[in-house]
Amino acid sequence: MKNAAIHLESLSISYGKTPVVFDVNFSVAEGESFALVGESGSGKSTILKAISGLAPDWTGRISVLGKPRGHAPDRAFAKTCQMVFQDPYGSLHPRKTVDDCLAEPLAVHGIGGRDTRVKDMLDAVGLDQRFRFRFPHQLSGGQRQRVAIARALMLEPRVMLLDEPTSALDVSVQAEILNLLKKLRREQGLTYLMVTHNLPVVSFLCDRMAVMRHGRVVEIAEVDALKTGRLSDPYSRELYAASGGTLQPA
Amino acid sequence: MSAPLLEIENLTVTFPTSRGPVDVVKGISFSLGRERLGIVGESGSGKSMTGRSILRLIRKPGRVTADRMTFDGIDLLAQSERQMRELRGARISMVMQDPKFSLNPVMTIGEQIGEALLTHKKLPRSELKARVLSMLEAVRINEPERVANLYPHEVSGGMGQRVMIAMMLIPEPDLLIADEPTSALDVSVQAQVLDIIDDLVTGKGMGLILISHDLNLVSRYCDRILVMNSGEIVESCKASDLNKATHPYTRGLLAAMPRMDENRDELPVLDRSTWTTGAGT
Repeated sequence: MKNAAIHLESLSISYGKTPVVFDVNFSVAEGESFALVGESGSGKSTILKAISGLAPDWTGRISVLGKPRGHAPDRAFAKTCQMVFQDPYGSLHPRKTVDDCLAEPLAVHGIGGRDTRVKDMLDAVGLDQRFRFRFPHQLSGGQRQRVAIARALMLEPRVMLLDEPTSALDVSVQAEILNLLKKLRREQGLTYLMVTHNLPVVSFLCDRMAVMRHGRVVEIAEVDALKTGRLSDPYSRELYAASGGTLQPA
Repeated sequence: MSAPLLEIENLTVTFPTSRGPVDVVKGISFSLGRERLGIVGESGSGKSMTGRSILRLIRKPGRVTADRMTFDGIDLLAQSERQMRELRGARISMVMQDPKFSLNPVMTIGEQIGEALLTHKKLPRSELKARVLSMLEAVRINEPERVANLYPHEVSGGMGQRVMIAMMLIPEPDLLIADEPTSALDVSVQAQVLDIIDDLVTGKGMGLILISHDLNLVSRYCDRILVMNSGEIVESCKASDLNKATHPYTRGLLAAMPRMDENRDELPVLDRSTWTTGAGT
């Protein structure tokens, strides 16, 4: 078995006095694609936020690629693990060009050769070079999400946290972004931890998934169990049926 | 067969831009009986504009023109604003996408639903209250008495959407236009809300126009489907025949959707150059 890329041990997260996530344990192997599914408010995005340092109020253990994660912002951590957010309309700075947006992480980390790196990255995410000096409002939703993915990849992280990367997009654009994510993972050996409520997307992109409800993980299943409809937890089965799947006995 | 409830011929919606007028709906025609019609398309396909133009909800500088737009024998284009207000809600009503933005935050749910009815009909208070409570029950809200006294921020999204539906259906309209009624909701709640709409619509013999971007969902809840792309109807078929759709755009949409038992290595992507003229992805 390969090393764990993300390892969570009795992780509980709260926002102020409100506990949101209770005692979550799982680990994601290197190169694996793992999904967190559940309804709104089940705490799935909060786990990503805790890992990336946006929700600092947690107890338990988080380690990424063998290194324990502290509660404080961590510059070295940013190089190994990056996050892509749900809404490409909200996650890009409206007054910065694509070039600024992609070059900034490099500037922060003092990495040289920015010009070629930005060019290469645009190619990697399938954006034409003519988009390089445009502003977000001049791009379509799918193009913006490509920019957001490119931004996350600029520091060449090995772990990507994806928070509903396609739910704000149309089906045909969703297909393009899913293909892109699959291609990038294959080419760069990335590890994905993805939050989604769309089970067919899990089936396309992931190897394993955890079903969450009310801040707890109720089931961790292989994607084959999803494809054949053999989930065991009653709540997961309910979710599966609501997504239009045909249940099989567990 | 009875006369259609809604007849639309050559409907065009135009918005002026700095580069000249742009047609967002380009001369579409369809008719609707007392049945469930689904309009599917991606963002910018003009599906919502079609729904809104039926209620004449398109504001200036947008312009709506049609050769014919009649609802139950009434020429919608010839109605004055005042006459339209009498139609809206009472005869044709519309459920919007997000309950968070469509409900009045400073009125209780009971008051809001009551207001929808009172606008069109004078009723004694006690009867009004009874109607509101029975409507809340019809949309499967437990403890209607308690919920009627809550404010919109005190209920969940799914419940909020059910309240919207209650509000839209209480004047007993003949036609319900539901514009993405469930896209702001979780999957498990989506099915419940659509089941409620479906029950009420079929139970009362109303017409339904369900506008959505989700082909599968529409095919589950409608009798007939119109597929729209950049302002035009590219395909019209029976919901059960969706799999036999012939237009490349419809086929592309169907193929681009990941399935529950997905084993394709790559999803087929639409070749937009064939239809779109604007800048696509």
